[in-house]
Amino acid sequence: MQLWLIPIFPLAGFLINGLFGRRLSKSVVSAVAVGSVALSFAWALKILIGLGDLNHAYTEHYFTWIQSGSLTINCDFAVDRLTAVMLMVVTGIGSLIHIYSIGYMAHEGGYYRFFSYLNLFMFFMLTLVLAANYLVLFVGWEGVGLCSYLLIGFYFDKKFATDAGNKAFIVNRIGDFGFSLAIFYIVKHFGSLDFGTVFGQAAGKPESALTIIGLLLMVGACGKSAQLPLYVWLPDAMAGPTPVSALIHAATMVTAGVYMTARSWPIYTHAPGAMEVIAVIGIATAFFAATIGLAQNDIKKVFAYSTVSQLGYMFVGVGCGAFSAGIYHLMTHAFFKALLFLGSGSVIHALSGEQDMRNMGGLRKKIRWTFLTMMCAAVAIAGVPPFAGFFSKDAILLAAYQHAPWMYWLGTITAGITAFYVFRAMFLTFFGKYRGQAHPHESPAVMIAPLAVLAVLSLAGGFLFKIPTYLGTVFPAMEEAEDPILMAISTFAGLFGIFLAWLMYVAKPGMADAFAGSVKGLYTLVYNKYFVDEIYDAAVITPLVEGSRAVLWKGVDAGAIDGAVNGIGARAQDVGGVLRLLQSGNIRSYATWVLFGSVLVIVAMGIAGGMR
Amino acid sequence: MNLLTAVLFLPLAGFLVALAIPRSSPQASRIWALALSLAVFVSALGLLAWFDRGLATEQFTVDVQWINSPDIHFHVAADGVSLWLALLSTFLTPICVLISWRSIQSRVKEFYAFLLLLEFGLIGVFLAQDLFLFYVFWEVSLVPMYFLIGVWGHERRIYAAVKFFLFTMAGSVLMLAAIIYLYTRAQTFNYTTILDLLSSGRLTFAPGEQMLLFLAFFVAFAIKVPLFPLHTWLPDAHVEAPSAGSVMLASVMLKMGTFGILHYCLPMFPSAARSCAPWIVILAIIGIIYGALVAMVQPNMKKLVAYSSVSHLGFVILGIFSFTQQGLDGAVYQMLNHGISTGALFVLVGLLYERRHSLEIADYGGVATAAPWLSTAFLVTTLASIGLPLLNNFVGEFLVLQGAALANFKWAVYAALGVILSACYMLWLYQRVFFGELGPEVRAHAPDLNLREWAAVIPLVAMMVWMGVYSQSFLPPVGKTTALVLEQTRINVPFQVRNGQASPKVSLEASNAR
Repeated sequence: MQLWLIPIFPLAGFLINGLFGRRLSKSVVSAVAVGSVALSFAWALKILIGLGDLNHAYTEHYFTWIQSGSLTINCDFAVDRLTAVMLMVVTGIGSLIHIYSIGYMAHEGGYYRFFSYLNLFMFFMLTLVLAANYLVLFVGWEGVGLCSYLLIGFYFDKKFATDAGNKAFIVNRIGDFGFSLAIFYIVKHFGSLDFGTVFGQAAGKPESALTIIGLLLMVGACGKSAQLPLYVWLPDAMAGPTPVSALIHAATMVTAGVYMTARSWPIYTHAPGAMEVIAVIGIATAFFAATIGLAQNDIKKVFAYSTVSQLGYMFVGVGCGAFSAGIYHLMTHAFFKALLFLGSGSVIHALSGEQDMRNMGGLRKKIRWTFLTMMCAAVAIAGVPPFAGFFSKDAILLAAYQHAPWMYWLGTITAGITAFYVFRAMFLTFFGKYRGQAHPHESPAVMIAPLAVLAVLSLAGGFLFKIPTYLGTVFPAMEEAEDPILMAISTFAGLFGIFLAWLMYVAKPGMADAFAGSVKGLYTLVYNKYFVDEIYDAAVITPLVEGSRAVLWKGVDAGAIDGAVNGIGARAQDVGGVLRLLQSGNIRSYATWVLFGSVLVIVAMGIAGGMR
Repeated sequence: MNLLTAVLFLPLAGFLVALAIPRSSPQASRIWALALSLAVFVSALGLLAWFDRGLATEQFTVDVQWINSPDIHFHVAADGVSLWLALLSTFLTPICVLISWRSIQSRVKEFYAFLLLLEFGLIGVFLAQDLFLFYVFWEVSLVPMYFLIGVWGHERRIYAAVKFFLFTMAGSVLMLAAIIYLYTRAQTFNYTTILDLLSSGRLTFAPGEQMLLFLAFFVAFAIKVPLFPLHTWLPDAHVEAPSAGSVMLASVMLKMGTFGILHYCLPMFPSAARSCAPWIVILAIIGIIYGALVAMVQPNMKKLVAYSSVSHLGFVILGIFSFTQQGLDGAVYQMLNHGISTGALFVLVGLLYERRHSLEIADYGGVATAAPWLSTAFLVTTLASIGLPLLNNFVGEFLVLQGAALANFKWAVYAALGVILSACYMLWLYQRVFFGELGPEVRAHAPDLNLREWAAVIPLVAMMVWMGVYSQSFLPPVGKTTALVLEQTRINVPFQVRNGQASPKVSLEASNAR
């Protein structure tokens, strides 16, 4: 079926634009970039139709990548229903965002560079979801990280952008540390990295080993999917162009951790301890990040923390054993969060780069289409029935209730907070009076069209694509628990959040500031994101760098070791005469050394002979 | 005479001809060096074409009596490891000629002559099958490098050259002693004969004796690698050396040490090697983390790359002393990878130096705006160096860490920390040099790559991708040879032969069969 063509199209696009893009016109660059991704979407669709119901994974073998001793790692791709969902999300949303970028990036420098990176990202992301073993998955995993680094630091003359890029790469490396150790441990216990082999044998392995593997994989997932305590890179990643935030840092790459843990379900179902940790981390992240989202003024930062929080929900789903619910939310989140980011990109575009919501307001009439489409995303994320977010969030919260009721309650509170901060952002941006200086103008059709498609998906995606049913053959069956009361409670929490936001930012605009003033300490803490970055800086980075400089380099290297060698160095001064001869090219002085060596040999032989 | 000897002696002939080229026409020296080194590379490719990948043993063997008493032979051959290392030397020499084209303006004739002599010595080290011959090549390679640093280096070149020479010499002397002592015991310098004697039990060492011999060889090699804490000569040598010197030093000369450990220490003294392994692994892991941490705070680009080499070579040592197939394969692959990617780093740093005349990171910034292709090449090299999949280092690091994990999972845990740190120091370097605002100094002095520089950089980048994507072009012969080494460290453990009275007859037959 030529699965390899799916990622190869964007790779070709990357090579064409990367190598020759500077000499090509903008329209050719965008045609290559968008065309390659659209082709990839079309090819994926054709394959999925051709493969029919996909009850069993379809695998293709290409070549042996690494072979050493008994360990063989092949370059294999496989498609099953889980991959099918991911393929559609990645190529579908990817195509939309590529189209949008034509308009968004039209006036930016480095146009071809942007699109070549974006295509490269598509290549790696598709490799990630098509991989049939952990190491090929890791190729995609690291590759999307690279593209994330390149695109966060796209404006590379700005230090904050390249700092954010480095932070993303390095924090992800900490996660990858765990992922790579998991890979080593899998090889140690299974002798293979192929999904088929590993998952087939997982049931027979000791729980302790599976728990270690599960936890190590989770460390990797926490890095990529921005969970506690490794989430810190994602908010900074907003330094990249907005389409990047939508594609990489909301819809696709950051969900790779969720995909990977869901993919590894045969390991996790035999390692309940590891699943419990995932669920706890997920719910803690969901709540924690949502509270930070309450006090952000940068529109992209709000949605960044929202992404961290929503990824937390997906972790809860996976951790509670509701793998399909996690993937369900992954898909609906891709719809509405991509839309929220692209919409805010349209707002930023309209205001010539303004991102601070304190300088917005009243835009709903000026940029009507942006407002309407974003509103669809807002009701979807707030969990208003029957829109997309309602179904998937509900599935996760019900699973959480079955697993541990406190997770459901915390998740419901978080749902309320989510609705509040999203609508706070909507109201601050689109309602009230315009507070800025720019002259807002609606974005071109090439940007609005993708927004419209995503708006439809955000509204209808939940009941159009019944992911839990579709994935029923992939994952172990969960007890279907329909509990109307629990559903009503969480829905009410969302509606209450919307109401509160309306009250504080539309009905009585002074109320928010008054409330913030009344809990000043708490507000400062949240406003400064709990000072986590500062704590990491003081506790890890500064000691590491300064310690390396003062202790290791100046102390050990220059002081201790070279100090000890200085004795020899001093003697080198004494035999400087010999060396000077040597430097003049006198071969006899070199012979002196050999002679000196021979003397030592005789001594050594004597000692060794005596020893025998 | 066969192709192997042609590959070996062509650089020597080239050296002699280079000496005869008149001083007045430096361009002739350059062209000669380029043409000859390319010819050597092409003939080395022929070697690769005729190499039988199904065999683990030495091929292209040439064995001629050189000196009658003591019995010293000119005995050279290539196996699945030395073949690649010799090929690496011949691959990098033309690149070194290219990058020295303009940067070397004084004593041009002597420079290229020494470069060719260095190539001769390096190839010889990897191919020698006679211990004495090995020692001769070992020393032959030392001399031209000493002059490359001492004559064409930067301000503190004399200090660096002497330090380099003394460190290496101290080790060499120990090794020479051990070689001669081995001769008194085995009555031969022939490496294969010695291994046969050992495996058949006709030659055994007392434990203490074996340990001393192992250490004598090991210390000589460890200094060359360099293994922590014997590494302090390396940063000085790199900073002071001209670009071509740094490239050959990092890419090939350091591998003399790791090759020596793999080729001599393990098969000849397996018990000592195995009993020292835990300690050596600790030093290797310290080197990985320590080298990375110190690299992180270097203000000088070449020093940074030099300390990163300490870290990278730690992986090689770790792989070797994991005593697993994956570890050994990864170690050899990592030797080649480090040769390519760190060689490329020194080439690119050299190109930056040619432009801005500074190695201080703080003097740069914004190069990506002024020289996008140079920056792209540096980025790819950076990514290779930090082990990004689909580029060469990833395969090596993966196998090394996998081997370490199979031997002792804790080793992999600590060593993998080095992978995090490598991202820190390389990305911070890249950020400070290439990103940021373009200053007037850099703008005035940083043109993009010219045709000659492209010719030097493209092959390196192409190799990074090839070795990362399709390791099967390279790994199978390596695996054959390392499997044999691993077998030798298992079957030929003299302590057990002595205690367990294993039948020498059987192993004799086995050795005859071989």
